[in-house]
Amino acid sequence: MIALLMRDLRLAVRAGGGFGLGLAFFLIVVVLVPFGVGPNSDLLGKIAPGILWVAALLAALLSLDRIFALDYEDGSLALLATSPLPMEGAALSKAVAHWLTTGLPLTLAAPALGALLNLPGPAYSFLFVSLIIGTPALSVIGTFGAALTIGIRRGGLLLSLLVLPLYVPTLIFGAEVVRRGAEGLATATPLIMLAGITAGAIALLPFAAAVALRINLR
Amino acid sequence: MSIWEYANPKKFMTTTAPVLPWVFAIAIAATVIGLVWGFFFTPEAENFGSTVKIIYLHVPSALMAINAWLMMLVASLIWLVRRHHVSALAAKAAAPVGIAMTLIALITGAIWGQPTWGTWWVWDPRLTSFLILFLFYLGYVALWSAIEDPDTAADLTSVLCMVGSVFALLSRYAVNFWNQGLHQGASLSMDKAENVSNVYYIPLLISMGGFVLLFIALVILRTRTEIRLRRIGALQARARRS
Repeated sequence: MIALLMRDLRLAVRAGGGFGLGLAFFLIVVVLVPFGVGPNSDLLGKIAPGILWVAALLAALLSLDRIFALDYEDGSLALLATSPLPMEGAALSKAVAHWLTTGLPLTLAAPALGALLNLPGPAYSFLFVSLIIGTPALSVIGTFGAALTIGIRRGGLLLSLLVLPLYVPTLIFGAEVVRRGAEGLATATPLIMLAGITAGAIALLPFAAAVALRINLR
Repeated sequence: MSIWEYANPKKFMTTTAPVLPWVFAIAIAATVIGLVWGFFFTPEAENFGSTVKIIYLHVPSALMAINAWLMMLVASLIWLVRRHHVSALAAKAAAPVGIAMTLIALITGAIWGQPTWGTWWVWDPRLTSFLILFLFYLGYVALWSAIEDPDTAADLTSVLCMVGSVFALLSRYAVNFWNQGLHQGASLSMDKAENVSNVYYIPLLISMGGFVLLFIALVILRTRTEIRLRRIGALQARARRS
């Protein structure tokens, strides 16, 4: 599992791996929003929590089809299936690799982009905490979606259609944490719900992803 | 004699063939009676005026939108556990009907919301969760149509249906948390006091029964079509080989 994880990380960081694409996308979406809604800083500060969460979610979505597609095409996924590592473990380590190359950089970059959107002062820590708790769920759910669609050529659009509804609860609770944090309200309840979704997704979805992978490799 | 006998496509076809016209006839009769009774022979409710009459379309379609997904979930489970092809095909057949029901519920809701709430759409928990349910249906149908191998498609959509059900439920409670509702609570319940009055209740019940039967009839019809399509495919494959 560790070896697989290291391999995926190396592949992602080296040329053509798409590392940084997600981050650049995140930056561009956040920069585009003021052009769309106008430079009024009160308004921007008000919508900043939601915009940052939606942008992070879309950036995570962007790199999902890379999780399995290349391995499926060159046959290394079939090799993985015959290795002693169970498919569940492979799916989980793929999700972890995706999170380390997408979710974690997004989380680290988010406070800086929050400044661009005039995010209220108390919300920064909540933004960071909610993203670091919430993005693993995005990666695991996305891994499941990617596992469903590997056999489909040009399945990227279908992948988005399948995964976006699954992202709804995570987005709701994640953005709610930041919004409440910005307004100085109690954030414990949405934070706990967010953590619950992440924990449940990590515990259960690798199994569903492994089932989907086995069906696709049949 | 067990229910699993009907999982045999041939048995399913021969059993449903004589039943189907009757189900259709009763379904259409009940729907027409419920709607006509509701539209023309019930008094107008106070505060609502005649807009209340859209309830006879809105509530039954909303009921079936949710129950269609439940039926798909059960059928998917049966397919995954017992590998009965009829079950997988029934789940496939139910999805477009479910989409239609969800759309009817959303559109009639918008038409009803305009005069009573003064807006076509609000981000109310019930409305929002129906919209999300609609998206789940779209994804499910898209996945079915994207995969060529029928068994792979049936397997993958079943897995999606099960995972999707969990997330649809999660979304339902998440949106409750996210926004306060404008939509009224349940209009029908076992508790007499909460119920709408009998004048509206009886035609509504008939209309709901009509929609349930209509859904069953449509699903049986579409399942039969799917079975026939599958047979044609098999015949064509055999013809190509020989």
